[in-house]
Amino acid sequence: MEDLPVLDLVIFAPLAGILLLAFIPKERLDALRYVTLGVTLVTFVISLGVLGQFDPSAQEQFQLGSSLQWIPEWGIGYITGIDGVSLWMVMLTTFLMPLGVLASWSVTKRAKPYFIFFLALETGLLGVFVALDMFLFYLFWEASLVPMYFLIGMWGYGRRIYAAMKFFLFTLVGSLLMLVAIVYLYFQAPGGPTFSYVELLDTPLTLDVQRLLFLGFFASFAVKVPLVPLHTWLPDAHTEAPTAGSVLLAGVLLKLGAYGLIRFAIPLFPDAARDLAPIIVGLSIVGIIYGALIATMQRDLKRLVAYSSVAHLGFVTLGIFVGSVQGMSGGILQMVSHGLSSGALFMLVGALYDRRHSRQIADFGGLAKTVPVFAGIFLLVALSSLGLPGLSGFVGEFLILLGTFFTYRWWVVPAAFGVVLAAIYLLWSYQRVFHGEVTNEANRSLPDLNPRELAMLAPIVALIVFIGVYPKPFLERIEPSAQRVVDTFNRSTVRPETASVQGGGK
Amino acid sequence: MNALLQLAQEHGGGGHGETAEHAATGVLGNVVWLVPLLPVLSFFVILFFGKKMKSKGHTVGIGAVGIGLLISLFGFFELAAGKGFVQKTWTWFEFAGGESLKLEFGMHYDFLTAVMFVVVTMISLLVHIYSTEYMHDDKRYTFFYAMLSLFTGSMLFMLIANNLMQLFVGWELVGVCSYFLISHYWEEKENSSAGIKAFITNRVGDMSLLFGIFAMFFIGHTFNIFELNHLAEVGEIGGAPLTIAALLMFGGAVSKSAQFPLYVWLPDAMAGPTPVSALIHAATMVVAGIYMVARMFLVFEHATPALDVIAVIAGITMLLAAILALVQDDIKKVLAYSTISQLAYMMAALGVGAYTAAIFHLFTHAFFKALLFLGAGSLIHAVHSNNMSDMGGLRKYMPHTFKTFIIGSLALAGIFPLAGFFSKDEIIGGALRAGSEGGRAAAWFVLISGGITAFLTALYMTRACVKTFWGEYRGHGTPHEAGGAMVTPLWILAGAAVVVGFLGFPVIGPFKNWINVPGEEHHGFETLYNVILPVLATVVAVGAIVLGLMLFLRKRWDVDLLGGPFAWAYRFAANRYYLDDFYMKGVVRPVQYKLARATYWSNQKVLDGVVNGVAAGTIAAAQPTYAVIDQQIVDFAVNGAAGLTGASGGLLRYIQSGNIQGYAAVLFGAVAVFVALFALT
Repeated sequence: MEDLPVLDLVIFAPLAGILLLAFIPKERLDALRYVTLGVTLVTFVISLGVLGQFDPSAQEQFQLGSSLQWIPEWGIGYITGIDGVSLWMVMLTTFLMPLGVLASWSVTKRAKPYFIFFLALETGLLGVFVALDMFLFYLFWEASLVPMYFLIGMWGYGRRIYAAMKFFLFTLVGSLLMLVAIVYLYFQAPGGPTFSYVELLDTPLTLDVQRLLFLGFFASFAVKVPLVPLHTWLPDAHTEAPTAGSVLLAGVLLKLGAYGLIRFAIPLFPDAARDLAPIIVGLSIVGIIYGALIATMQRDLKRLVAYSSVAHLGFVTLGIFVGSVQGMSGGILQMVSHGLSSGALFMLVGALYDRRHSRQIADFGGLAKTVPVFAGIFLLVALSSLGLPGLSGFVGEFLILLGTFFTYRWWVVPAAFGVVLAAIYLLWSYQRVFHGEVTNEANRSLPDLNPRELAMLAPIVALIVFIGVYPKPFLERIEPSAQRVVDTFNRSTVRPETASVQGGGK
Repeated sequence: MNALLQLAQEHGGGGHGETAEHAATGVLGNVVWLVPLLPVLSFFVILFFGKKMKSKGHTVGIGAVGIGLLISLFGFFELAAGKGFVQKTWTWFEFAGGESLKLEFGMHYDFLTAVMFVVVTMISLLVHIYSTEYMHDDKRYTFFYAMLSLFTGSMLFMLIANNLMQLFVGWELVGVCSYFLISHYWEEKENSSAGIKAFITNRVGDMSLLFGIFAMFFIGHTFNIFELNHLAEVGEIGGAPLTIAALLMFGGAVSKSAQFPLYVWLPDAMAGPTPVSALIHAATMVVAGIYMVARMFLVFEHATPALDVIAVIAGITMLLAAILALVQDDIKKVLAYSTISQLAYMMAALGVGAYTAAIFHLFTHAFFKALLFLGAGSLIHAVHSNNMSDMGGLRKYMPHTFKTFIIGSLALAGIFPLAGFFSKDEIIGGALRAGSEGGRAAAWFVLISGGITAFLTALYMTRACVKTFWGEYRGHGTPHEAGGAMVTPLWILAGAAVVVGFLGFPVIGPFKNWINVPGEEHHGFETLYNVILPVLATVVAVGAIVLGLMLFLRKRWDVDLLGGPFAWAYRFAANRYYLDDFYMKGVVRPVQYKLARATYWSNQKVLDGVVNGVAAGTIAAAQPTYAVIDQQIVDFAVNGAAGLTGASGGLLRYIQSGNIQGYAAVLFGAVAVFVALFALT
């Protein structure tokens, strides 16, 4: 390993970028765009260094991190590190960010604060994925909320204020419950009060306490994922957010919840997690079908994509909680796949809106004739989203269903109902938008994708195909970490009641 | 085929490396994987560069499939010369921890694969050539060829699979190619909808297949087809779990190979270009279900109840579809229902244990049904209509199409010495033996159903031939014979329809030496069946043809029936037994409109209503505070450029002074203020 703290560089590179932006006059739109693009690209390149240095066969759980004292008297440290789960979340974030900048070309008003929030968001998101101190984690968790609130509320569409407020309040209520749980946990640590994640892992707790604390964390994560019935902020936030905001919401922000479940909720409270797993599995399956059914009803293309996220994230939580390594690995890979496919779909819908100022499915029809490349990419991404083999969506979905079959047997049947529904709402919307004759005159002269749009979609398409054909580089880094979480999850011993109350050491 | 078993054992034991290689003899072992790979490469070449080529891409596809055919033929002859077969495995991904679970891509090239390879590459090549003329003026000519290539590659990839996951991948990929090609003329909504219908119907079956695969892995701890076959044969797996797993897998075949009750997509799939119907929806993709059951035959054989279910479903399907073929006016739909009926023949053969007969019928059917479809394409090309009511008298205008179509029809009707005669007899014989010797009721059902279907088959083909080639021309313009690129494939296929049957000539035909149940001796027809059955079958077929000629040459029979005592039966058939209506009104609409709408309503009104209600209540209760926050936030943001620059400058100082903790504390403080403010509201 080299001496360069490459992981910490990744986290704070976007912050450095904010400083650069601060010196650019707000009128210089192009400069703002290209500097932001440059910063996100540099961040991505540094993150490639993280990927390169990551050792898939390492024995220790976390790699490449640093551990500094921060406020030692309160047991707060600056502790970072990644495993196979956070690695891909970091990569997904740094990968989508430059593409998100490319998707932000239509932002011309108040561009300077927009790009500043954009970069602040990146640091916040990356921080969540690498923080191994609960205090630091919570800090980043909240820090990622604020920029997104502004991105939706200031640069969004129609009902943006409502959507932003709803997003903020939902997330915040969840977060506060988590904060309470974190503080309680802090005092229970076996080696004296600490926020250090690794030390807290061995905290002895009774099942009842575990359940309460688990629910505290779960409240926060389930809102973010989102699990039905806590999802109602999502369609509004996704629909009203500016394109890049939707891309990052669906691509990365939703994964914060799933990541939190994998990193914190399960390993810290494995018995409670196992205890409550059937309920969460049930909710996930409800979410899969519920999201898919509602998606079929949507007349607004962007809302359709938003609801499809509810269904797809249902698959993710299903995989996480079925307690098999295939399900867990599939769930994690599905997080990446969903980030790519929903990100691309939001970009495409955004590009359509830029052209026609409409997202109503009924306003379109026959677009495959006028914008064939656009149509082709849309269909390919949709096919990945509905789980066609050879594209990334299949691998995750296949593993999740397989993993579910291993532990929950015939619960796969209703889940598979969602797979069929996905084909219905995606192909049906594709038909209505792209097939048929061009009936609306306004659609007759639409320009096909321009080079900038191709530049933001091509990398995603390439990755979708790559993962679909050759998922090994991804899975071999995911699997050991997934195995570790699943082992914790399946560890059958409830910790002894006596050891817990006074926290009397190990 | 003892080698197969040895292989299964060998494979079970060893080969944990990155690649496991078995019994690679001859040059083949090293090149046979090119057969699926070349069309896949050709897909990308055509897709990205096709439009710039002089040929618009078709030369690439023809070249790739042509080389594939050559390799397939060589491979076949090497196998026939006793060179053994090839198996290779590449690990796609392996789960190391816990129970080892390997996802692999592998190739298994034995006689069954070899025969299928020859069929697929040959029909595909002829369809490629035929389409250069048929699709000549098409707007999406290049894309069409790209998809033909992708389809061919995916189909071959599926056929060479040595494990169920790979089979599933290929299975889905041919399905999506089918979707693309059915909705090729997507300017019209019907065609686009037909593609979706095919895809969704198949998805339902695919999920069943997927669960079958999971269940197989669960009981056999492997995805490898030959290990599973072996385990079933030695009795390691069996009983109810195996039957359930086998039935679930068969569920996939029900949709893909268009069996009752999921056959409804195939007639609609005729919306695609006719060469596609010939290749995908007659000769190759739709036989995937038959192939899958044949591949897993030892498993199915040891799940006897499943075998009975297969026989009964197939027996029902063949009869239902044959009746429907009798009332169609669209010539492609006649052939589509005929295909369903013939697929059911193959499936029934497997159901009664007549393995060789099933594959033999698959083999001969591919040629004569592709011939009939391409012939129909030639007719449609000439008269610009699918309807036989717009045809008539065409034998004078299109002599080549006429002659080859008659050859195909006779082969389908099972007239000696054409291909269908031999293969159909074997199936009927198999059913008779399974009924009389095996005492299986399902086999008797197949026998009766098969007998009636044989009669109906000859009848509906007679009707179709009479309506198209005899009488007066009823369409517009003057039809003319197609050019060389279309006629040549017709004659090649007609030649095949004449000769390939002899490969399965009772006793002396070599087909049974190539294709037989792994590990079992072939049941030859040494008994009396050999003489009686063919004679009976010929009498039935000839009788049907004579009856048909009498009926249809005289007048338009369907019109008569509409007013006659059988009107209700005709209407029942003309409405496709109301099965489509049932799916539409009983499944699709309730889900799409009632269930989805109710869910959406509850989402918007109940769930979101609660959320908004809470919000409204809170706001009403704390309006002043809210306004302040709102003002502060929005003002801060809207006028924020300057403020933010200032703030950034402030941050800059913190960071430059290296006080990152201070920075973070500031940030956290800001957050805390928010938290506090919101907590107060």
